[in-house]
Amino acid sequence: MTLDKTALVVDNNNNSTEVNLTGSASDTADMLDMTIGETVGKALLEDAKLNVRHANVFYGDKQAIHDISLDIGKNEVLAMIGPSGCGKSTFLRCLNRMNDTIPICRVEGSFLLDGEDIYDRRQDPVLLRSRVGMVFQKPNPFPKSIYDNVAYGVRLHGLAKNRAELDEIVEKSLRRAGLFNEVKDDLHKPGTGLSGGQQQRLCIARTIAIDPEVILMDEPTSALDPIATALIEELITELSEKYTIAIVTHSMQQAARVSNRTAYFHMGKLVEVNDTDSVFTTPQHPLTENYITGRFG
Amino acid sequence: MNHTEKIQHSLKKRHAREKRFRLYGLLSVSISILFLLSLLGDIGFKGMPAFWQTKVKLDIHLDPERLGLGPNPDQDDLFQANYQRLIADTLTRMFPDAKTRQQRRALKNLVSKSAAYELRDAVIANPQLLGQTRPFWFLAKDDVDVYMKGRIDRNLPESQRRIKDYQLAWIDTLKSQGRLKQGFNTTFFTNSDSREPEQAGIRGAFTGSMLTMLVTLSLAFPIGVLAALYLEEFAPQNNRWVDLIEININNLAAVPSIVFGLLGLAVFIGFFGVPRSAPLAGGLVLTLMTLPTIIITSRAAIKAVPNSIREAALALGASKTQVAFGHVLPLSLPGILTGTIIGMAQALGETAPLLLIGMVAFVADVPHSIFDPSTALPVQIYLWADSPERAFVERTSAAIIVLLLFLMAMNALAVFMRKKFENKW
Ligand SMILES: Nc1ncnc2c1ncn2[C@@H]1O[C@H](COP(=O)(O)OP(=O)(O)OP(=O)(O)O)[C@@H](O)[C@H]1O
Ligand SMILES: [Mg+2]
Repeated sequence: MTLDKTALVVDNNNNSTEVNLTGSASDTADMLDMTIGETVGKALLEDAKLNVRHANVFYGDKQAIHDISLDIGKNEVLAMIGPSGCGKSTFLRCLNRMNDTIPICRVEGSFLLDGEDIYDRRQDPVLLRSRVGMVFQKPNPFPKSIYDNVAYGVRLHGLAKNRAELDEIVEKSLRRAGLFNEVKDDLHKPGTGLSGGQQQRLCIARTIAIDPEVILMDEPTSALDPIATALIEELITELSEKYTIAIVTHSMQQAARVSNRTAYFHMGKLVEVNDTDSVFTTPQHPLTENYITGRFG
Repeated sequence: MNHTEKIQHSLKKRHAREKRFRLYGLLSVSISILFLLSLLGDIGFKGMPAFWQTKVKLDIHLDPERLGLGPNPDQDDLFQANYQRLIADTLTRMFPDAKTRQQRRALKNLVSKSAAYELRDAVIANPQLLGQTRPFWFLAKDDVDVYMKGRIDRNLPESQRRIKDYQLAWIDTLKSQGRLKQGFNTTFFTNSDSREPEQAGIRGAFTGSMLTMLVTLSLAFPIGVLAALYLEEFAPQNNRWVDLIEININNLAAVPSIVFGLLGLAVFIGFFGVPRSAPLAGGLVLTLMTLPTIIITSRAAIKAVPNSIREAALALGASKTQVAFGHVLPLSLPGILTGTIIGMAQALGETAPLLLIGMVAFVADVPHSIFDPSTALPVQIYLWADSPERAFVERTSAAIIVLLLFLMAMNALAVFMRKKFENKW
């Protein structure tokens, strides 16, 4: 396993207001001197599902991602943590080209899915997104029935030959999302009438209905209560048997519970990535340590 | 003074200000309601009588000889026979006191000129009537009608009234014989414009308006919605050309409608040879006028669709077009329809541009297609408002009532749709 020589240069003139310091004055001084340097830990894997090399993302003139290289393994749950505004969502949205919808966003670097370039000109974002699904922070069911929500992607891609097959896919997806028993009598009621946690599970069901290979989740439980959160975390663990999952979260407990590997982002850079256990027990980079011990962020 | 006292002190002032503001609000609302009510009251008071109309019963002896018919008249003979003479005969028989020319003319003018046509149609429909004496109900002339509705004061000196003393005597006689009655004015809805007030109706203008609206709707709606959808969903953002188009659309909404009329005259009629006075020309001009309204309201409705819906669909692999037509358009449709209805209501009441493209002509026929010459409701109102006859005054108001009812129905529909479909997400 060789780590690419990706020297991450810290811009010392960079305004560090985004670093939310809660520690003492001496901590502050430490922080400002601290060089982020190269990504520490285990960023690259063998036989990975997704390979990202030297990713740079800009919003207009502003750079949001600085030279990140990271692999995501098959059937792995990768957790991404880091202070607000450090570029977790931006990075995640590069993986299914959702950033294409933001006109000022420019993406550089190489992104490979099973060795295929995601940003290749011949790559159709429609096909890509059917392989790399996404669940958003705020549950966003369509204002249609529960059934139609789940069936939407299936119909879109023509994945069911007939009504019976469609029914089967809808039921199976709802079951896997742990929602079927709660809604089986209300399949034709609007999806927007469900509770927040149910809506989020509906969105997950909708995503897995088209059977993607990778599922990206951007803070999927931040709007949910602890019970709904626990349900979804269980679900993530189950889904990882079949899918590769990248999840952004603000809860370190959640990262610790669901993920195999954890990546710590800081000001657009990937500071540390390692097996979840070692990140939380023996963080190698002082910034990571500060963050997980709750000194800032 | 401690904290609570300070707050209590300022509270009194705040409450007083609130009360004052509420009073101002109430006052301005009542003033506008007062204006509205007096307007509606005035129109209603003037216009309601137009929905009733006086009829006269005459016993007509259908004498073939007086009609100048031979023993076996054919359709043509029946059609061309002089029925007016039979009516004049009947009236002269009933009121032999009419001696002077002027009086005899006045006598004939008790019933509408349409009476002869009614008689003709009855005879053609049933030639057996010839030779018999039958009672017929004819439209009364507008002066009789107006008098019957109490709009002519018989206590005025004779020289100041449209109806002379001898006419009053005839009307009184007819009344006492039960030969006058008032019924619902169906003529107003089945006839088109006419020189004779008692025969004038709004059917032609109404049909013209509907055809014009049809042209406007079928052009302005798709063009406006597609333009809005393109500008919101597909056009490059922060592009100079797109900004320019946006500014121009907003400016277009502020252009006085008469300018659109001039443009329509020059471009559609002058250059493209669209028939003058036709609903097609009117519809095209009103399309220009309605487009900015539809585009602006549609864009607002499209903007209101939350981005999370677009992202959800895109993330499932929908293409941009599928998102636009499968999600954005259906979700913004209530708003778009509301805007369209408001735009159409504006267009329906628009008069100035139609005057310029010749829809102000006197048209006694109901238009059958968008190429036939025609008028429109607001133009008809304008025409009638210009006529001196008392009976046209009430018809003007009646036409306004019809137009207002229509506009209110359209606005109610817009409100209903907004209520029914709002906040789906
Ligand atoms: N659409 C955008 N246009 C311009 N700048 C953006 C846009 N989206 C994000 N940014 C900027 O990119 C940087 C990274 O944002 P990003 O949303 O990726 O952060 P994040 O780590 O997901 O934060 P959070 O935890 O608060 O969700 C931020 O400085 C943000 O201001
Ligand atoms: Mg984020």
